[in-house]
Amino acid sequence: MINALLDKRPRLANWFYGFTPPERGVVVLVHRRVYILPTQLGWLFVMTLAILLVGSINYALSLGFALTFLLAGMGLAGMVHTARNLARMAISVGRAEPVFVGEAAQFRVFLDARSAFDRPAVLARHIQSRSQMVVDVPAGALAEVVLAVPAAKRGWLPLGRVMLETRFPLGIFRSWSYVEPDARCLVYPRPERSALPQPAAESARGALRSPTPGNDDYSGMRAYQLSDSPRHVAWKAVARNEDMLTKQFTGEAAAELWLDWARLAQFNVEQRLSRLAGWVLEAERAGMQYGLRIPSVEIPAGRGEAHRAACLQALALYEGL
Amino acid sequence: MKALPHPLSPDVRPLTLRDLTWLTASLAIVIVPHALRAPWWLTLLTLCLYGWRFYSMLTRAPLPSRWLVIAVAFIGMLGVWMEYRTLFGRQAGVLLLVLFSGLKLLESRHHRDGAVASFLGYFLIITNFLYTQSIPTALLMCVGVFAITVTLIGYSAPNRPARDNLRTAGLLLAHAAPAALVLFVLFPRVNGPLWGLPQDAYAGMTGLSDTMSPGNLSQLALSDAISFRATFDGEPPPQPLRYWRGPVLWDFDGRTWSAGLSHLVNFQAPQGTGASYRYSVTLEPHNRYWLFALETAASLPDRSRMTFDGQVFSNTPVRNRLRYDMVSIVNPDRDPRENRSTLNRALRLPADYNKRTLALAEEWRRAGGTDADMLNRALDFLRRGGYAYTLEPPLLGTNSVDEFLFDTKAGFCEHFSSAFTVLMRAAGVPARVVTGYQGGDLNPVDQIITVRQSDAHAWTEVFIEGRGWIRVDPTAAAIPTRIDSGLARALPQDQGLPFMMRQDMEWLRDMRYRWEAIAHKWNVWVLGYNPERQRDLMLSFGMRDADWQKLTAVLFTFLGLMTATLLGWSLRRLTRPDPVQKAWQAFCRKLAARGVVRAPQEGPRDYSTRAARTLPASRRPILRIAALYIALRYGNGADKPATARLKRLVRQLELA
Repeated sequence: MINALLDKRPRLANWFYGFTPPERGVVVLVHRRVYILPTQLGWLFVMTLAILLVGSINYALSLGFALTFLLAGMGLAGMVHTARNLARMAISVGRAEPVFVGEAAQFRVFLDARSAFDRPAVLARHIQSRSQMVVDVPAGALAEVVLAVPAAKRGWLPLGRVMLETRFPLGIFRSWSYVEPDARCLVYPRPERSALPQPAAESARGALRSPTPGNDDYSGMRAYQLSDSPRHVAWKAVARNEDMLTKQFTGEAAAELWLDWARLAQFNVEQRLSRLAGWVLEAERAGMQYGLRIPSVEIPAGRGEAHRAACLQALALYEGL
Repeated sequence: MKALPHPLSPDVRPLTLRDLTWLTASLAIVIVPHALRAPWWLTLLTLCLYGWRFYSMLTRAPLPSRWLVIAVAFIGMLGVWMEYRTLFGRQAGVLLLVLFSGLKLLESRHHRDGAVASFLGYFLIITNFLYTQSIPTALLMCVGVFAITVTLIGYSAPNRPARDNLRTAGLLLAHAAPAALVLFVLFPRVNGPLWGLPQDAYAGMTGLSDTMSPGNLSQLALSDAISFRATFDGEPPPQPLRYWRGPVLWDFDGRTWSAGLSHLVNFQAPQGTGASYRYSVTLEPHNRYWLFALETAASLPDRSRMTFDGQVFSNTPVRNRLRYDMVSIVNPDRDPRENRSTLNRALRLPADYNKRTLALAEEWRRAGGTDADMLNRALDFLRRGGYAYTLEPPLLGTNSVDEFLFDTKAGFCEHFSSAFTVLMRAAGVPARVVTGYQGGDLNPVDQIITVRQSDAHAWTEVFIEGRGWIRVDPTAAAIPTRIDSGLARALPQDQGLPFMMRQDMEWLRDMRYRWEAIAHKWNVWVLGYNPERQRDLMLSFGMRDADWQKLTAVLFTFLGLMTATLLGWSLRRLTRPDPVQKAWQAFCRKLAARGVVRAPQEGPRDYSTRAARTLPASRRPILRIAALYIALRYGNGADKPATARLKRLVRQLELA
């Protein structure tokens, strides 16, 4: 019920949780943000204590009282220790590599103990996806948690709320805290595999020919020689257990390939973006010079990792006209 | 999306070999005392169950099915029932619990089962205290608590090295200790029990009984067990005066003396000019009503009454160690009056038994004389009869007194007192048997007198017209050494005395005295801490009539303070900054005050260079501080003198 209320009233939630998301930089879990409640096992422990107490009273066992009270004291100390296991820990996030829709974004979260004692068995759970991991944070050092968050939509995927939880040391208390670090991962459209458009048709539209002669145009395969660049090895063929082959390209500069939004008029927006993303991958794989033209963005022809990333980013962040 | 369970949550994570090792080891520690008491088959069965669980862990064999476990449980219960004819008595119940620890282990798959088994371990610890709460037991159980705690921590941190978990367990227990102490002292104590206890709850308590037949005191005298301890204000009375009065026996059936009917009277403190002693007694539980007091009691402890024949009776059976204060005086002025019917009762004898004794007394009576003459005649008879004192008296038949006096002539104090009382009654002098303890061991370490079952004694009281009831110890008359120097010297060397009473082990006795001094303190302050003691202690802290509301209020105040202290501790460890860092921050503040603010990305070298350029007057100290800081922070770690130098430099830095 409280959760439903907090979902509807974000400002109330911010006050309740003690922070305003997203949080930039290093987040320190101050005590105010660390919650603690007994676990089911904790209630069982309380029940055991009650039985021990009644037994001690009934049989007037002085040592029974001593044991009961020692355990009660341990419960109290355990509560403080459980809260301490989270409190004042510092959370920061690393860079998440872009992924395609359908894949899982790998968010790297760093837990910094910032203490002279270690913080064992800390669970980090991504609230929305339930992706989770348990780490032991060593004293005065960092531990890394990777949260795999499924990417369902292209664009920026924010990390969202992460819960940190611990039951150390006795398992009778559960202490937890929420953080919402300022981390996001770029999600490219889901690439759809299809045949590349004909570059010839493109060049007819007046695109310049590549001035440099290159080994751009795929023309066939030959047996691998030691001096061949690994970029040109037909790895797929190797994976199929065939002999090592080298892709051969004609020595002449190939025509530029323009991946154009306008060519996919029969599809809706997302399908177009998927198709274009598929083309970008295919063109890069084939080693072509390619450019991207979508409404409001035009990326001149080029090749290589950075170029491919720029094209895919433009597709991922396309917001229409 | 369905929630993935917490990977460490109790019902998901399977028990690992390490968990199981710790769990089994800790359970084994806490059942050791039980295992020594249990029938051999039950110990063996339990250990087999532990072993079975281990075997299936090592070989990855599946655990036995639920039905098999139930079958084993049933067989165990059947065995216990056949042994004890009940499943609910104290002994039977505890042994079933021991067995269940094995069964629980056998069906423990996950962390939760393990935790439940660990909690059961805590429970098994307390059941040990039903039998003994001695210091060694307490120490062993401390080890048990520690092991169980390490086990619990192991469940929560399965990948952490065991050494670290041991340290955490130690830390937790150390943090728990103050709270435990406060709770122990302040938790409002009530007198139990809250409900009826099983019938065998107080089984196995030894002590005097309210009957006496030939042989049962000498059996008791073989026991080293402690009956009570007495602490005197000032000098304790000498050995021959230490008669501790217990049950008074009136009725004789020819062989056995019994207490018979008794009634309570209003207590009137006896008067007299004899020495008076003020002392406190710590009585071991014996599950009877009587309390022991030095003859003659001149005060009554709380919640006790006096019987018509001078016994101190508690209002409830003594089922826990009891401490009470007493005053006694030696040789008080006795009341010379006595009820006629009581005197008649003190003369009654069965006519068909011990005919020879009756005939002897008849002879004395015909010879004439006062009651006092009869008394002296009887004592003379014992003194000259060549009687032997022995812990192993010959077996006696139906006419036990006749056989002792005329045939076997060897016996223990119960034989002497019984025979003497019969002689007195037959001679027309009212007499009764008094049982109790004589003597006791004075511990030179703490001046406490320890009275053991081996000090059990029986004597006689006779009623002399005009003087009242007087104590006569026929054993002392026949064997004077018994009373003057105790049992050990009164017996021939080769008789089977309790080990610790032997003469030739002086150093052992000395160690024993020291140990007992500690054990007494333990008994009084730890085990004997009851509602009365709590009230007294609170009074000594200036808290009048400490009722449960007041105690609870104080208790919670203390607990709150303690938790706050602990919380403070957990914060302190975290916020204490590095001294090197602190000095550097002070340095940065000083520079910032002069307008040189460090940019977030600026390292110490760049910053100090810039500062030195901006403030050329202080160039040298600035660069020196920065160099020292870099060496301390990024070099081989900080040492104390260098850190101190950095602090001094920063403090002395004056920017023009």
